[in-house]
Parts: sequence; structure tokens; C-alpha cells
Amino acid sequence: MKTDDFIAMLANEAPPVDRRAPGRRFALALLLGFAAATVLMAAGLGLRPDLAAAIHLPMFWLRISFAACIGLAALWLTLRLSRPGVRIGARWASLAAPIAVAWVGMAVVLAGAPHGTRVALLLGHTWRVCPILIALLSTPTFLAMLWAVRGMAPVRPRVTGAAVGVLAGATATVAYCLHCPEMSPAFWSTWYLLGMAIPGAVGALIGPRALRW
Amino acid sequence: MDSSAITATSPTDRDTDVLSATETQLRACFVLGLGGDAAQYRLFLHGLGSHLRAYLRRRLPRAQADVEDILQETLLAVHNARHTYRDDQPLTAWVHAIARYKLMDFFRAHARREALHEPFEDDGSLFVQSDVEPADARRDVGRLLDALPDRHRLPIVFVKLQGLSVAEAAQRCGISESAVKVGVHRGLKALAARIRGSS
Repeated sequence: MKTDDFIAMLANEAPPVDRRAPGRRFALALLLGFAAATVLMAAGLGLRPDLAAAIHLPMFWLRISFAACIGLAALWLTLRLSRPGVRIGARWASLAAPIAVAWVGMAVVLAGAPHGTRVALLLGHTWRVCPILIALLSTPTFLAMLWAVRGMAPVRPRVTGAAVGVLAGATATVAYCLHCPEMSPAFWSTWYLLGMAIPGAVGALIGPRALRW
Repeated sequence: MDSSAITATSPTDRDTDVLSATETQLRACFVLGLGGDAAQYRLFLHGLGSHLRAYLRRRLPRAQADVEDILQETLLAVHNARHTYRDDQPLTAWVHAIARYKLMDFFRAHARREALHEPFEDDGSLFVQSDVEPADARRDVGRLLDALPDRHRLPIVFVKLQGLSVAEAAQRCGISESAVKVGVHRGLKALAARIRGSS
């Protein structure tokens, strides 16, 4: 087909564009993913028994905001990455900042802990299962966000896949906070982060295939 | 000069004027097109098409026959992705990212499909010695190239298959010229080792 004819054909198939459709699609994917992760957590793992008391502890909210900050940063980066020609550059720092703050917290806690209790603070009681459970809970958000991003035009599919994975992991972690009994910053700034890194790595692996357009 | 709208190379003052004039004009048509104005949208596609054609011709010196195909593919991509444009973003940056994505896509497919149609220059002896059927060999070269890391594969694709200069390849990959030369050298060495290993 001649290019001029092709252009005429495209111009004839150009209804007005709903500029808010991408936002709605992302919001829907995130809400569905978070709701599914919460239901899975409540049904499969159960809320922690002392949740009513725990919500009065500052550490409970500090822990949730660690996951929420990483999630917000990953969401922001995902939204930018799914549009061609939108730069990221120094904005990666938004993802690094909550991690750096948590690690400083971990260092302070470990430095102040009596000798011999440090390993216990770091490993808690659930370090073996924590990252795996978070990775499993991230599945609904992961799939929903892949669907949302596939409706956009990511020109860096591998990086975008990784951002989607971290976002899914962070969403799952927020839900997991309602189950998890571990309160030490040394624990959660290590194992929660690993739990988010697993879907992040999966996203980087499958991004080039799953997000091709 | 009209293609300056979609290149990112340091523009002179005159280029900058042309660039911003094109940006303003095309963007106005495009935004009206997004609102459903088919005539303006067609003007935008026409304007964009001529810029893209010049852009692609310069980047595909050995594949002029493919230019119209890639041009149409890129226009279709722009059309299908038009809802991803952000109002606060330069249209040039948005279009350029899409064009580059589609061009890289073509290079990848082209390297797999056409690997043996291109002259190999003095490094050709590596492949000439092979005695398998040409069709098998072409498929195998594509597969072998795919196994290389990007820092080796891209220099080979650009310099050896596309026939670009080392400087152009360096700019395209975003690495230094010496890194391109090293990439070609090591990549061909790795390919030779693989071929010896598998035969």
C-alpha cells in the first residue's frame, strides 16, 4: 500500500481519544490487584491475632509506610515508563530513598542491640517464608499491571517489567503487613525488600516478551 | 534539514528554529487530531511521514527498499499509541522514542532474517568455511547472534550487517568507538568459538 493511502486510512479511523482512559485502566488494575492480595492474605494466611493492638504501635505504621513509599515510587516510575519519550533519570532516587532510610534504621537498631540478639532481630521467626509469601501475593497485581501497561507503549520493556514487578511486590507487602508478626526494622528492611525484588526480577525477565508492542 | 525534528544530535541555532517551528506546527495538528479532527490528524500524519522518511533513509543506507515498510509500521505505532502522549511533553521526544523503538525492532528482525545477504568483508572467512546449506546457515547465524550479549551483538549488527561506520554505530549504541571495535572483535571471536564448539 502507498504511504499516502495508508495515512488516509489511519486518519479515517481516528475517533476522539479519551485522555483519561490510561489513568482509569491503571487505577482499576492497582485496586483489583491490591484487593485480591488482601483477600488472598486474609483467606490463606489470616490477619495477625493482635492486629487491633498492633495498629496503635508507631512501628506498625512505619513498616507499612516503607512498603507504601516503595509502591508509590514504583507506580510513578511505571506510569512514566509506559509512555514513550518520558525521561526517568534522577527519579530512580525515589525508589532508592525509602530503602536507604530503612537501612539506616536497620543499622541503628542493630548497633543498639545487645550482643547476641542481632541475628535474632535480623532473622525473626519467619524469614524463610516471608519473601516467598510476598512474591506469591504479588501475582494478582503483577498480572493486572502487565495488562494495564500493555495498553500503553513502553519503549524500555525490561526496565518497565522490573518496575511493574516491584510495584506488585510493594502492593503485596502492604497486604502482608496485616498478617506478619515481625516488627523489627532489621527484619522487614531485609526480607520485605527481598520479597519485592523477586517479582521485580521476574518482571525484568519477562518484560521484553510480555510488553512487546 | 527537515529531519532535524526527530534527531537528538546537538542542533545549531538554525536547526533549533526549524525544530521548534516543526514541533509547534505538528503538535497543533496532532492535538486537534486527538480531539477527533480527522483533517488535522491527516495533516499531522503527512508532516510526520516526511520527517520520518528522511530520518529512516539516513539510518538505513543499505535497506532503502525497507524504508516505506518501516515508515508505515512506525506511523501505525504512532497512531495506536496516540493516547499515551502527555500534554506537557514535547511531541518530538514522544515521536522520536517510538521511531527508535520500531527501528531497533527492525534491526533485530533484520539481523535474524537477512544475516547472510550482507557482505561480511574480511571477516567473512569465518562463515565461508561453513559447508551447511545456506538456509540453515542463515538461520544459524541469527541464532548464534542472538546468543551474544547486546554489547557484542549490536556492534556486529550495525557495523558488519548494516554497514554503518564505527562512529555511527557508537552513537547508535550509546558507547564509545573503541567499545564498538572491541565489541565486534570479541563478538566475532565468540561466534567462531561457538561454531567450532558445535561442529
